[in-house]
Amino acid sequence: MTATIAPYRPPQQDGGDGFAPLLHAEWTKFRTLRGWVIAIVIAAAAIAVVGVLLPASGQSHCGSRSGAACLALVPTGPGGEAVNDSYYLAAQPLAGDGSITVRVTSLNGLISAGNGGFVGPNSPPPGTMRPGLVPWAKAGIIITGSTRPGSAYAAMMVTGSHGVRMQYDYTSDIAALPGPVSAASPRWLRLTRSGDVITGYDSADGRHWTEVAAVHLAGLAGTVRAGMFTTSPLDFTPNFPTYAEPGGSLSASVATGTFDDVDLRGGAPGGRWAGQNVGAIGANYAGPRIGLRQAGGRFTVTGSGDIGPVVAAGVNNIFITGTLADHLFGVFIGLLIMIVIAAMFITVEYRRGLIRTTLAASPRRGRLLAAKAVVIGLATFVLGSAAVAVAVIAGSRIAHDSGIYVLASGWPIEVRVILRTGAMLAVASVLALSIGAMLRRSVAAVAAVVVVIVLPYILGVSGVLPASASEWILRVTPAAGFAVEQSVPQYQQVVGHYGPPDYYPLAPWSGLAVLCVYAAVALGLAAWLLRRRDA
Amino acid sequence: MEATIEVTGLRKRFGSTLALDGMSFIVQPGQVTGFVGPNGAGKSTTMRVILGLDAPDQGSALISGQPYPRLRRPLSHIGAMLDAAALQPGRTARNHLLWLAHSQGLSGRRVDEVIERAGLTSAARRKAGGFSLGMRQRLGIAAAMLGDPPVLMFDEPFNGMDPEGIVWMRGYLRYLAAEGRAVLVSSHLMSEMQDSADHLVVAGRGKVIADTSVAELIAAASGDRVTLRTGARPEAMTVLAHAGATVAATGRDTLAVTGLAAEQVVARLSESGVGFSEISAHRASLEEAYMELTRDAVEFRAQPAEEEVR
Repeated sequence: MTATIAPYRPPQQDGGDGFAPLLHAEWTKFRTLRGWVIAIVIAAAAIAVVGVLLPASGQSHCGSRSGAACLALVPTGPGGEAVNDSYYLAAQPLAGDGSITVRVTSLNGLISAGNGGFVGPNSPPPGTMRPGLVPWAKAGIIITGSTRPGSAYAAMMVTGSHGVRMQYDYTSDIAALPGPVSAASPRWLRLTRSGDVITGYDSADGRHWTEVAAVHLAGLAGTVRAGMFTTSPLDFTPNFPTYAEPGGSLSASVATGTFDDVDLRGGAPGGRWAGQNVGAIGANYAGPRIGLRQAGGRFTVTGSGDIGPVVAAGVNNIFITGTLADHLFGVFIGLLIMIVIAAMFITVEYRRGLIRTTLAASPRRGRLLAAKAVVIGLATFVLGSAAVAVAVIAGSRIAHDSGIYVLASGWPIEVRVILRTGAMLAVASVLALSIGAMLRRSVAAVAAVVVVIVLPYILGVSGVLPASASEWILRVTPAAGFAVEQSVPQYQQVVGHYGPPDYYPLAPWSGLAVLCVYAAVALGLAAWLLRRRDA
Repeated sequence: MEATIEVTGLRKRFGSTLALDGMSFIVQPGQVTGFVGPNGAGKSTTMRVILGLDAPDQGSALISGQPYPRLRRPLSHIGAMLDAAALQPGRTARNHLLWLAHSQGLSGRRVDEVIERAGLTSAARRKAGGFSLGMRQRLGIAAAMLGDPPVLMFDEPFNGMDPEGIVWMRGYLRYLAAEGRAVLVSSHLMSEMQDSADHLVVAGRGKVIADTSVAELIAAASGDRVTLRTGARPEAMTVLAHAGATVAATGRDTLAVTGLAAEQVVARLSESGVGFSEISAHRASLEEAYMELTRDAVEFRAQPAEEEVR
């Protein structure tokens, strides 16, 4: 039969063709399922509430002191960072330019054999100490603005097991002559001051000098103090070699440096070397051992403590410190909920055949998957970032007010942590969506995303595996993305327990990049399968 | 380009099953084309191939001259309802149509129009999970109409409908065709097509076994079989067999004759002087014509109750 009716010509309709309608459609799909909206809000609420309330509870480290008084105890360096600054100093004033040169002939130490602990009134008596030198025991020369903790300084030193170093303003550390110091192999050290510039030199024979570095100390006082110092941080022996458990024994230590051929130029004529225990550490400790002894041209300086940045993992902190990561415990819960939603964003369509309606409306399947990825990625990024912002900003303010010194706080780092963590949640959700698109079944997909993302994280941070295995997991699995939570830098010159939640084996952006690679590969594979398979 | 569906030489194999074996037909505008055949004939697979959901091993399916994946805003070229149950139960009917409309760049106003035309206004803000099958069918039809397409395709739209709904659906299909649209409607029951379709594509075992108008199909199937009652059965069988008919004894004194029209049977018997007491020409219904056509295509068939020589 032939048609006798004119073929239907639909009237011209509004609307376009492109990616925007697809995005609009997928966003409408997402927001019109109440269960998903409720779940993602719960995820965000978990991040915010856990981040604010969990660290705030049970924190009263300051005893009877107010929060502000507690915080006032923490010295801060020229860069504004919290520092440890305690050592024994034998110094003279140096007005204007000048230099100090010494020969160091030995560095020896003692480590508490008894119970570990901070050096203080309850430290074991000297009789219970055994000979031993901690790796970052330091003896050398220093030019410092003042003896107030946190002052600007530059120093040349021999160390327990890291050779000669030049360090300045707490965070900077430059390697110089390697090898240990001894009477047979002494080290010559020199610092010169010229205005704000301090230059360090070392020498193995006292004749041939090598410049280590010339550093600029902003705002150095006209009259500074130049002299010899010795300090020795706590000894840290991990007794349970896992990554996450900060298990280990801490033991008090002292070190003694021996100096001769001391040559101070630019000092007051006939000046005397005055000993001073800078910082609180060691003040009550084993009296006779701490201090300066002088015999002819030979000086022995014995001290305990450390000069360096406070790190979250540090064993030498006498202050109550926290980090932004303390407020990110809820991120794991939020992530778990978000990746389940993301996987189900596509698997539920397969459950009842809705995917056929979707693909008939959007035959270009790669673009469809891209639209879904953008929608779930943006939703988790926006809500995740907002929740992390609440957790980090409110949480760290509450912690601060209760007397916890929050390391590496301030807007620039807070904004970075917020955006990075939001991005991590979004990329993990895209990975979960891709797994959902590959497996097409909710139960299988949820199980798979838990195995791929959640399980490695738990294995990596819980400490059930040996340290090396945990570290490997947090480098090569999607759990590497949790590195975005790091806000505090790691310092090689400070011994500590560098593990989660404050430290990850990869840098924040590198960890996020690892997660991105997984997500990109999974998304590509999912798109390929979606195009190839019958719906 | 005319609004059509053109299916050419589709072949598709699922494992050891040959689902499509050279399926070819054309759906013309301005009429309702019934796509009938027993379950397993390949109707749904063909429709999925038309929508670009399944890829054929061979052959092509074109919508108004273009393969489906090439269509821009496809729902304005072809509207389809494959499975009325393909819904997210937690989403309201209106929101289901809304995301679909947005995917085509259409606004919520168009959604309200199709809801009204499908008679779903009162249920539009209820969750689709609570809909009866009949209401889901209406929702599916509303979805197919979103883009106001010149080509429409419905897979078993009468399934689960009450008699009132079936009458409504027939009228709606005819109305769509009368507007000049090409309408393809599948069913495994020919009776549903009797008053709806103008043209029939009968499928069996993955290919087309008849492509004809409803009137032609009935005409071809009618008058082919004559029932004869006679006391002289052996004589009558001999005479008619010599005249070229196929004769089967169906009872003690009854014969079924095929291959000769009733008038010719009477003429031959009269010439040979064989008496008979009753003769009736069988008028085939569409249903019977269809049964006849698809007899070999039905995969699992009940054993015939009586022995018959055809």
